[in-house]
This record gives sequence, structure tokens and C-alpha cells, in this order.
Amino acid sequence: MQLIPTLTADQMARLSSFAREFSPSQWVWISGYFAGLAQAGGAGLAPAQTQVVASSSAPEQALVLYGTETGNAKGLAKKVVEQFASRGFEARAVDMEAYKTRELKTEKHIIVITATHGEGDPPDPARPFFEFLSSKKAPKLNQAHFAVLGLGDTSYEFFCKAAHDMDAQLETLGAVRLLDRVDCDVDYEETAHAWIEQVVEAFSTRMEPASSPSLHVESPHAVVGELAHGSEDQPLHATLGERVLLNGRGSDKATYHIEVMLENDDPIHHPGDALGVVVENDVALVEEIVHALGFNSNGAAEKLRRECELTILTPKFIKAYGEAADAAELKALSAEGNRDALNAYINNRQIVDVVREYPVQGMAPDLFTGMLRPLKPRLYSIASSAEACPGEIHLTVAEVVYESPLAKRYGVASAYLNHRLEESAALRVYVEPNTRFRLPDDPQTPVIMIGAGTGVAPYRAFIQEREVRGQEGRSWLFFGDRRFRTDFLYQAEWQQYIKDGYLTRMDVAFSRDQERKMYVQHRLLEHGKEIFAWLEEGAILYVCGDAKHMAPDVHNALIRIVAEQGGHDEEAAREYVNALTADKRYKRDVY
Amino acid sequence: MSAKPKTDETVLTPDQRPHDVSQPLDKLDPVEKIKADGNYLRGTIKQSLEDRLTYAVRDNDTKTLKFFGIYQQDDRDIRDERRHQKLEPAYSFMVRLRIPGGVITPKQWLKLDELARTHANGTLRITDRQTFQYHGVLKPNLKSLMQGFRDVGLDCIAACGDVNRGVLAAPNTHLSTVHADVYAIACAVSNHLRPQTSAYAEIWYDEKPTGPDEEPLYGPTYLPRKFKIAFAVPPSNDVDVYAHDIGFVAIEEKGKLAGFNVLVGGGMGRTDNANQTYPRLGSLIGFIPPDRVTDVAEKTVTIQRDYGDRVNRAHARFKYTLDDRGLDWFKNELHQRLGYTLDAPRPFSFDNNTDRFGWVQSDDGLWHYTLFVLTGRIKDDAGTRVMSALRAIAGQHTGEFRLTPNQNVIISKVAGKDKAIIEALLAEHHLGEANEISFRQKAAIACVALPTCGLAMAEAERYLPSLIDKIDRLLEKTGLSDQPITIRMTGCPNGCGRPYIAELGFSGRAPGKYNMYLGGGAHGQRLNKLYRENIGEEQILEELTMLFTRYAAERAPGEPFGDYVIRAGFVPEVKEGRFFND
Repeated sequence: MQLIPTLTADQMARLSSFAREFSPSQWVWISGYFAGLAQAGGAGLAPAQTQVVASSSAPEQALVLYGTETGNAKGLAKKVVEQFASRGFEARAVDMEAYKTRELKTEKHIIVITATHGEGDPPDPARPFFEFLSSKKAPKLNQAHFAVLGLGDTSYEFFCKAAHDMDAQLETLGAVRLLDRVDCDVDYEETAHAWIEQVVEAFSTRMEPASSPSLHVESPHAVVGELAHGSEDQPLHATLGERVLLNGRGSDKATYHIEVMLENDDPIHHPGDALGVVVENDVALVEEIVHALGFNSNGAAEKLRRECELTILTPKFIKAYGEAADAAELKALSAEGNRDALNAYINNRQIVDVVREYPVQGMAPDLFTGMLRPLKPRLYSIASSAEACPGEIHLTVAEVVYESPLAKRYGVASAYLNHRLEESAALRVYVEPNTRFRLPDDPQTPVIMIGAGTGVAPYRAFIQEREVRGQEGRSWLFFGDRRFRTDFLYQAEWQQYIKDGYLTRMDVAFSRDQERKMYVQHRLLEHGKEIFAWLEEGAILYVCGDAKHMAPDVHNALIRIVAEQGGHDEEAAREYVNALTADKRYKRDVY
Repeated sequence: MSAKPKTDETVLTPDQRPHDVSQPLDKLDPVEKIKADGNYLRGTIKQSLEDRLTYAVRDNDTKTLKFFGIYQQDDRDIRDERRHQKLEPAYSFMVRLRIPGGVITPKQWLKLDELARTHANGTLRITDRQTFQYHGVLKPNLKSLMQGFRDVGLDCIAACGDVNRGVLAAPNTHLSTVHADVYAIACAVSNHLRPQTSAYAEIWYDEKPTGPDEEPLYGPTYLPRKFKIAFAVPPSNDVDVYAHDIGFVAIEEKGKLAGFNVLVGGGMGRTDNANQTYPRLGSLIGFIPPDRVTDVAEKTVTIQRDYGDRVNRAHARFKYTLDDRGLDWFKNELHQRLGYTLDAPRPFSFDNNTDRFGWVQSDDGLWHYTLFVLTGRIKDDAGTRVMSALRAIAGQHTGEFRLTPNQNVIISKVAGKDKAIIEALLAEHHLGEANEISFRQKAAIACVALPTCGLAMAEAERYLPSLIDKIDRLLEKTGLSDQPITIRMTGCPNGCGRPYIAELGFSGRAPGKYNMYLGGGAHGQRLNKLYRENIGEEQILEELTMLFTRYAAERAPGEPFGDYVIRAGFVPEVKEGRFFND
């Protein structure tokens, strides 16, 4: 490969003037466009803009979405499709429950048939779709036209309300109503069939028949080049989107799914990367310190809140503060040979606990803040794919909480993200690329992913990416947490990925569901024969999560599996595993 | 599988039988295919139980599991919450035992009580079919629960599903020999109609397959729909004998069991807005001696097996087979299959369909204490510790327990000298005759409904007691405090709480909304009629205020509420089920 080519002064000037015509987000796209061209050796340069290709494989299709519990709406949706077909047009009937919402923005002909249940609610399986449509994630539908049929029962107060809501919401999103909504009572057949006649007539005049080749517009493949992903010094502005507690009621854990909304949809990360979050300390915590030390300048409080590390206690601080406060116990802890006692002291305390146990009046604020480390951003493995969730970055954040002798203490970032940030609040973030923890280039390479607790986050990004790219290489996920019922993070999504084939296998270990503690390494050992076979076939192995216990336990389990299944002694087995690391086939992201 | 009777084709040609088992499988309801493909109730249950990624089973297996008394449910109160949390619904299973006649020993009671606390949600639910239901059983605990039942000689086979289900027998505490005889016959019928597949032992007890299965009675696709049998002993109709596919009414002569009158074609289930569905009361077709009961039950079941509607499940109960083809056709078919005819029915009469609470002495000198259990739920709560009380009693009691079809429990066969022990234990747990619960509350039935039942559209068990408190106050105001009225509520139209034979019935339509029915017979002898559709509590109480005021002023001496509302023209009398929707 060539080294960086230089441009002539003339080229550089033309490029600069050219660049001024575009927005920064367009620059990103353009850089990808040129990268794509380079990879293709210049092929496809003309025509330069969008390429229009004749294609008979993807004719224009009407989408018939139905929401049903009893099957009536489904039956009617099928009738609509049949009617289209009899006139030579293509349509597909899809249950709202199964519809991939990311396709919505490309639909042009949307026909909805929905029942109403209970107090004007959508049918149960259709609820997520209804919620999606009225959420911030719903796309603009300016290119679409639509019609809605409601099924209901006039003996209910909110007759056909779900259909009314749908009808109004589609309009709100910019779609054009082609036919007025019709509401059917329990004897729906006649009314519904009349409506179907009309709707098929009205839509088919705007559609290309299926038999003739239709024009299908393809964009050139955008390759992600240099990503405008921000940095610690220049973080990006973002806002807090959805925040969901992932642990079911009754759990003794609190793990949140956090959606960070970016300013635009440009992809700025790859699965496996981390997100740096610029954090601030809790005002209440700052006040507790300010109060204990008798500071009365606002400047000191502000500095403590935004710039100083207050949650991590270090031996250096104990030493400095012990001297400044002339605290004999602290000095003793800092003396040579008292390391164990010092560790025990540090283990369940924060700065504030030391300050409150040994308060000093009259200390200069600058002297105190000088003892503290600067407050650094916190990094979280990203739990979403930029392709699958454009404009969003998802995190999986476990609450860090422990009991100090004085009070319940919280981790700075988890409390910031999980509790202190208000709905839609602004925050600052940047992507920390992690090129050592990426999916293999060849989508057919099998992957084994091992993670406990929040360690599962990057695998969600992996599988999302594989789904959105339609890659079905073999994948095997090992997940562990405390209890099946409440702590199975992203359970419903994994189940769907397995059903759809984007996740081949999954094994789970829940430590507290049985007498004997069960962890991921136990599940690995149970499947040692197959694990070894996958490795022999070239599988890449990922480990993410707890560095203290989980990662070494998994490491030892791997050595044992290689020894037992490969007929190696322990030394050879270690070498085998080390070779995996050297070959970049054993990747770890542990913390 | 036994060959179908040769007479079939000579009776009706295939084109006259477009809905029954004579059709090819692909023309039938999808559940028929699940049964046919299920290899005698195996399905893929084993694989479903081994799947560690979900506490649910595969869709098809939810159908097959019913034959083992197991329903997959989820906590609907938190369904939405968990969906947002990206967790699957809080799946658990309802497990229903097969306890013919509702009779269990103290030893069995203790085990069932223990299993409720170790394997379920810590409560036992008595149903109106004289059995126990466990709620909140998690998939990994199913197998050991079933093995726990086995350890005390109990099982769950055919407690649900398209088969003959748990057989009811009047818990009759007056006549000891008649109870013993009727109970023995009920057990014999339950066992005779029990599915024979060894799938149950393979799946739940890990037993090896014992060879090719067959179902000599049912065949590989079992029945088109559930089938229910009950035995009543007049003058009490506590089993609601008219509400079953077959009802046997014991005819007692001189303290001995002479035989049974036979009723056929009863059933409660209906579907809202489907006028071809309706509740129906059993039709009286004759009298048989005790030794022909099993034969008559079996032949009736085989007729329904061969002629029941397998295309439309909402129309598959035996009652529709009877109404579609006529009672004479059925009697003719039955007599042919039996090889003899039934005798003329003998006279009998009922005077109630509820329980008598407190102590009763039977003719053998033993005592029986009927304990009221609010909506059948055995649990401990702040005021009353029913579960602890019954556990303590089971630890001392030497007789038996009988579950009643009104969802109460009888501490049965107590020697006179032991009465004081039982009374002391009841008092210790704040139970017993002193409690001031209205007899309308005591006579009421509510099904389980929300949050576990997947069919429920509205509350029942969690709501009815508070509604009855309000109804009681209305009755007090109108001077009707002493008037018994049967009140029943179900969370959906399927009728598990037998609402369509109550004097005042409710079926759920939506949260807080009910259909209100009036005019049922005071001892279960007449269907009620829809009076108001889809109304909330406020309107229910308004209507009742008006009705009770009129009733108090206009009733004839001794005239039950259900009779009055018909005479006064609030609802027409429903003379037959097929006119229920007129």
C-alpha cells in the first residue's frame, strides 16, 4: 500500500473550496464515498451521483401491517394481499409484532388494519410498534401514503381507538392519507371487504405492477473512513435518550440500559469500541465535603463538582490529607508495612468519608483540591451498532454502590447516568476506539463471546451489526448473572436473535438460582468438546467483563478444555491458549 | 386405537359430517394437528423443558401441556414493565391436580402444603372443580413438583386438555354410605377415562418408554374439546350438575344408592359476540343402575369423540354436538353403542347449590366441619391464617379433607371426641364460626382471572369480595339482609366460575367492565340472561339499587331473586341454552 499521497497546491485549493459547500456530516459521508471508490479501483465513478439500476427482483410493494390478538385483522390483511396480487401488484402482510421498524422509512404504501382492546389499547402484540411510532425514534414518512382500517366493538367506550391513534400518528409523521379511515364493529366482514376493494384500487393506481421491471435506486456503498467521534479534550454534545432499568422487580442489582442521542446520524463507532462519558460529581456529595471542611467559596464547590475525583480514594490522598489534618491514624496507615490495613481502609470509603472522619477547619481550598486527582471521563463498552441504531449509542451501566461506615456511596458515572441526569439532559461523550475488540473481517469466521453482567454489552453491538448486515456466521454467546428471572440482561433480544439465526447458540449461568454457584466458566466446561472444535475451526474468542474473577476463571477453564479435549499437558495447553492471543483470536475487554 | 364403531357410516354419510374426525387433518383446527403430531402427548415438551434461555415452553407444547394439568401463564400485571426492560414476560405455570371427588388424606395435605411453599407462590387455590391449583410454578421446578405429587399418590394427568377432566362428586356430609359409594364410582370413572399414554411418566418421572403407546378410548387426537363429568346427591346441587357434559344425579332409596339419573350436554363456555356459542344445561335422558355408570360415560365420550366439531373449537363442546344433531339422534346412537336402553328417569329435587358451613354429623356418627375459604385461596394474611390453620389441623387430623365445588374445604370424618381439637386450632388462627362473613360472600364463586390467567379480560378473584361487600350494604338498606343470592364472577366469557347459572352473574369484558346477567335458578336449575353489557361498578350498583328496591317491595313470599327478575320482566326466562343469546 502506498504511503500518504501529497496533493498539489492547486488540488488542495480546489478541495478546500469544494469542501466549503458541504456540512461536516457530509464530509464524513464523502470520505467514505472516496474510500469506497478507492477500494473498487475507481469502478462505478460514472455516473458520479446516485446509480439507477433496473431491477426486477425488488418491485414496489405495498405493506399491509396488522395488529391482532384474535386473528381477524390478519385474515383481512391476507385478503388485501390477495386482492393486490389478483391485479398484478405486489404486497406483503406483516404482523406489527414482527415488523422490522427500521424498514419503515423506506415504505411508500402503508396499509394498516388494527383491532382495539381493553380501554382503547392496541392489541397486546402490537404495542411495541404503536409505542415506536409515537416515540422519538419514529422516522419521517413524507414519501409514504397510507390508509387505516379499525376493528372494534361499539359496546366499548373507546371504540376503535387504536385505529384512530394510528391514523393520526401516520399523518403526524408526514404520510399522506389516501383513504379515510373506516371503523368496523364486531360484524366487520361486509364493511371491511368494501374498504379492501377501495384501498386496493386507490393504492394500485400509484404503484408499479409487479410484472414489469421497476426502478430500484441504490446508493453507493458508504465506507466509514475517519470518524468524527470526538475526544476527551473535544467531546461531542449529546442528550440522554431512553433510560431503562434492565433488572426485573425483585432483583438486588440495578443495571440500566442508557441510550445516548447524538446530534446526527453519522456513524462514529465500530462494535467493540467504548464510549467516554464526561461526568460530574453529585452536588450533595460536594456539599458534604464543603460542609465538613468549612469551605465557603462557590468556586471551590464548583471545582470539586466538575474537576476533582471524589469517589476513588488513593494512598496518596490518605498520606497528604493525614499530614494536612495531622491525623495520627491516617499517618499510621501511610507508614511502611501497613499496606493491608491501608487497603482495608480504602476499600469501602470515598474522599468524603475520610474528610468527615478527620475534619479540619481552615484548610485552604486550593491545598485540598491539590491533593485530589483530576476527574476523568469514564469509559463504557458500547452496546449498539451504529449501522443498526444510527444517531444513538447504547450503554449498559451497572450501579456501583457500597456501604461506607458513614453512608451509602455511589460510583460517580453510574449514578450520573442512571439517576442524576434528567430526562433529555445534555451530556458530553466521545468514542474511544478499541481496535483489538472487533468482529472478524470475514463474517463467516465463528465467534465465541463470553461475558458476565454488563460484559455482555459489546456482544449486543456485535449481533446488531451482524443482523443489520445480514451476516449469519456462527456465533455462540455465554452469559452469566445472578438470577434468571430478573437479571437476564437483554433476554428478549437474544431470544429473537436466536430465532432469526443471527445468534447461533447461547448458554447462560445464573449463580444464585441453585444451591451450587454456577458461573460462565462452568458452562464453558460443560461444552468443552464443542468449544475446542470451534477453536480448531478458527473461531475467535471474546471475553468481556469482570477482570478480577470472571476473566481468570474463564482463562483457566479454557486451558483445561484445551488440555482435556486436545490431549495436551497443562504446559502445552497454556501455549495453545497463548498462541490464540498472539493470533488475535483471544480478545479481552476486561475491567 | 380401537376401531370406530362400524355403525358410523351407516348413520351419517361423510358429506353430512363436514366438521368431525372423519375429515382430513388439514381441514381441522390447528390444535388437532398438534395432537396428531404430538405422539400421544409428547410433543417437544422434553426439549422445551431443557431450554435454559426461557421459562416458557414452545407454542405447540403449551397446548400439549394442558393434558398434564399444566397451563403456561405470565404475570400480566408486569407484562408491559418487563417488555420495556427487554425481559421476557414473567412466565410461570399453573398446575392443576386430578383429585376425583376432591378427597385427600391429611398426609397428602401436608405434602401439598409444603410443595406450595417450596415450588409455587406459597398459596393453594381450591377450584370449583374440587381440586387444587398451584400458581407461579417456574419451569425448572415443574418436574420435581410433579414428582412430589407422585410421592403421595397424586397426579395431574387430564386435569386440563381435550379429555375427560377431573370428576366431581358431591362432598355430601350427611349420608356416609351414599358418599362412599358415589365417591368410589367417581374415582372409577376418572380412572377409566384417564389417558393411557406413558408420556406422563417419561416426561415427569424420567421413566424409559414402555413400548408403543395407544389410547384405546381416545385415539391419537383425543377429544375435540374438554369434557366434564359430575355426580350430585340431592337435595344439594353443590356440584352444579346441570353444567357438565355428563351429570349423574344419585337416586337414594332407603339410605342406599339405587342408581343415577343421567343428564347430558351441559357446559358453560361461550364467546362474546359469537351468537352460535352459548351456555347450556344438561338434558335429562334416563336412569341407570350404579354398575352401568362407567359404560354410559365411556360410550357418551366416544360419541363426542367421533362426532364433535374438530374444525371450529368454539363450537366443539359436546353441547353443540347434541343441539346440532338432536337429543333423539344422541339417545339412539348411545343405545346402539351400549346395546341396551336407559330406564325412565326417577323423581328427584334440589333445594340449593351452595355449602353449609360449620359442623354437620353424618349418619355414621362422625362429624364434618365446612370451613369457608374466601375465593378458594388458601394462604396466610394479616387477619386470617387459613394456610397455617389447615396445616396444623392436617398434622392432627385422622379423617380426610374434602374440597367442595364452591371452593371451600371440609375437615371430614372427625370423631366427636376430637371436635374440640379442631375447634381450638381454628380459634387459634382466628377462624371458625365466629367470623362474620355474609352468606352471599360465602356462596359466591370467582375464577382466578388476573394477573395469571391468560384468558382474563377483567379481575375476578381479586375484585369480587369487595363488590359483594358493596352489594351487601345495598341489601341491608333495602331490608334484604337475610336474602341469599348466588353471585358469581369470571374474568372472561369462558365460564370457569359457572357464572351463567348464578342469580347474579358477571363476566369480564375489559378492565373494570363486566356483562351483568340476571335470572339464574337459585339452585343451578336455570340459566340466567344478559341484562346489561360492558358496565362498570358504578352502573352495576345503580342497577342493583333499583332492582333490590323493586324486589323488596314486590317479591312473593319465599320467591328467590332469580325468579323475581323474570316474573317482573327485567329479563326473559332462558328455557334452553340455544336461546341464551336471543
